Amino acid sequence: MQQRNRRAFLSLAGTAAVGAVAAACGSNTGRPGDPPPSTAMSAGASSSAAAPRVALQQWYHAYGEDGVREAVRGYAGSYPAAEVEVQWNPGDYDSKIVTALQNSAVPDVFEAQVKIDWVRQNQVVPLDDLIAPVKNDFSPAVLAAQTVEGKVYGIPQAADTQVLFYRKSLLQAAGVQPPQTVDELIDAAGKLTKDGVKGLFAGNDGGVGTLTGPLLWSAGLDYLKTGNREVGFEDPRAAAAFSKLHTLNANSSLLLGAPADWSDPSAFIDGLCAMQWTGLWNIPKVRDAFNDDFGVLPFPKLDNSGAPSVPVGAYGAMVNAKSAHVKEAKAFVKWLWIDQTNDQLEFATRFGFHVPARQSLIDRADILHTGPAADVVGLLKDHSHLIGGPVWTQMANTALSDAVAKIAKEGADPVAQTKAAVTVAQAELKRLFG
Amino acid sequence: MTLSRKARDTLAFWGFVGPFLIGLVVFGYLPIGWSLYLSFFDARNTVTPSVFVGLDNYVRMLSDGPFLASLGTFSVFAAFIVPLTFVLSLALALGVHQLKFARAFFRSVFFLPFACSYVVASLIWKTSLFSGVRYGLANSVLGLFGVDPVAWTGTVHPPLYWIVLVTARLWLQLGFYVILFLAALQRIPRHLYEAAWLDGAKSGWQVFRYITLPQLRATSVAVLLLNLINAYQAFDEFYNILGDSRGYPPYGRPPLVYLYYTSLGSGGQDLGRGSAGAMILAMVIALATLLQGRLFRFDRSAS
Repeated sequence: MQQRNRRAFLSLAGTAAVGAVAAACGSNTGRPGDPPPSTAMSAGASSSAAAPRVALQQWYHAYGEDGVREAVRGYAGSYPAAEVEVQWNPGDYDSKIVTALQNSAVPDVFEAQVKIDWVRQNQVVPLDDLIAPVKNDFSPAVLAAQTVEGKVYGIPQAADTQVLFYRKSLLQAAGVQPPQTVDELIDAAGKLTKDGVKGLFAGNDGGVGTLTGPLLWSAGLDYLKTGNREVGFEDPRAAAAFSKLHTLNANSSLLLGAPADWSDPSAFIDGLCAMQWTGLWNIPKVRDAFNDDFGVLPFPKLDNSGAPSVPVGAYGAMVNAKSAHVKEAKAFVKWLWIDQTNDQLEFATRFGFHVPARQSLIDRADILHTGPAADVVGLLKDHSHLIGGPVWTQMANTALSDAVAKIAKEGADPVAQTKAAVTVAQAELKRLFG
Repeated sequence: MTLSRKARDTLAFWGFVGPFLIGLVVFGYLPIGWSLYLSFFDARNTVTPSVFVGLDNYVRMLSDGPFLASLGTFSVFAAFIVPLTFVLSLALALGVHQLKFARAFFRSVFFLPFACSYVVASLIWKTSLFSGVRYGLANSVLGLFGVDPVAWTGTVHPPLYWIVLVTARLWLQLGFYVILFLAALQRIPRHLYEAAWLDGAKSGWQVFRYITLPQLRATSVAVLLLNLINAYQAFDEFYNILGDSRGYPPYGRPPLVYLYYTSLGSGGQDLGRGSAGAMILAMVIALATLLQGRLFRFDRSAS
């Protein structure tokens, strides 16, 4: 009884506090007046003339591209069956979400990538019934990002990936071919480093954050294997791959300390580096700066036993299990991210380059059919890998990240450091699955 | 009906003190108590855990390499930053105290950075002064001497990132301690200096060593204690200078940043371990403070 009372109190206090904060933060519905009529009614989304419309809170992280915020407000404003208030969340969105999910009914709908601990704590609602009719239309990798033990907890909104951007003219001038192996990448970065220009930029941390996954995949390994029940990098080839990052850091061919980090193309555009590992979303800006003088590549293979790769990440629309309106929130998610295909296509492709989560929408996206964007779509189809995944926990990730940082930046023993990370990841799997 | 004077005083007392007391309890004592409670539970992704684990979280944190490394790193940092801040702030205060004119101006100049946001200062340090590209201020100066751009925050051997962190912290906090020392200097009776002069003490080091410094004992100890606590509580400038959207490197990681990623880091929340770490850190700070207070005999009045 004591436990229940304490929980009830905290739940109430948490709800009141978050509600008050949310109310204070804004009331941006995106609708100056009544919502426009819509013909895009869906099952479960019908509004009753007699019953008052419920109010839903939907959270997004702060997208960098102009126009996205207005667009998602517009989508929410068009929803006929409920009032949907969109909240934009600059800053550390992922931390904010995990905090909100603890004991709060807010937000009702939010974007995220599911984590197994959320499922174990019953913080999110399975959405298999929503996605079932169109499940085969979603790319397997983006669906995997939202799936825990066979159940889907998020409807993928759009897919993002990262690729190696390179200046064709600079490579040509240096007599460098686009690298096909990790050693060729290291060699190219070295040859391209001259006259104040660095060969490669992969983040101010020396590529630890962005290249850990690609290095594993380059060696034919992964974070986890055997249906996420085993650590995927308990292999000497992982240590060998990580040691390549030390070579890159040690030979002064990496750009470090750039004002903007890897996700922003300014270092590449400003001519500070000849190659940059960054996101597909930057293609419009890079094209504006260089016209056709750039190309994109996957992260190269380590050797013939490995493979080239691109990471795939995808936020999905999820429903908070503690929402006071779970049924209505699910209906809204279905309406927006299953039924409204035109909005989904616009969301993915109009404000920057992202790949629609659904194959049928990729086929309809004309801007993804030519040039580097088309190359990236092909790479996603052939070489995509999920970064971490729902079972890859924060603790395991910190251990691996620390190990790779020590190898890359401090020249620590790759085998010992990789083993230390394996031990932590194994302990996490034991905790999760016994 | 009129209230008695005593009742009015009581009402006024609670009117002024009450809101702050409520704030202290709600935002101070309650979270500390709840954190202590959480530290004995398996509290992953929940603040209302049900699985009691006793001291397991404490054992795990005390055998957790990265956490111990963060404590060790910051003990070294504290041993470095505390005396440095002490000497520089005392020197600046003595300099300003000696001024015959423009004393208020210089007092304001030194104090002004203290009013600056740590986040803003960190971003300026990271992206302008110590940017790793050729147009960063430090690299521009080095460029005049033909030195290639230096990756200040990304160079581990030698650990150049400490230059960025230490200078940011000094710029931000030095002014506060200068003000404390100035206030203390102004409270030293003039007749002590006159007596020393009559006794033949030479102005300069001798007067400073035998008159000024002993008179500053209480303030000096307070400055040292505050400095030490601040060093262990460092978060803002470290998080904003060395952290990025993907996380935080294992080097230059203070305990609070490590605990932040353990308890509130994106994707996972281990509030049991985080709370146990916070309790251990609080005990370390308390112990270090007590030892320092005993070492410098904080309770002894100025002779």
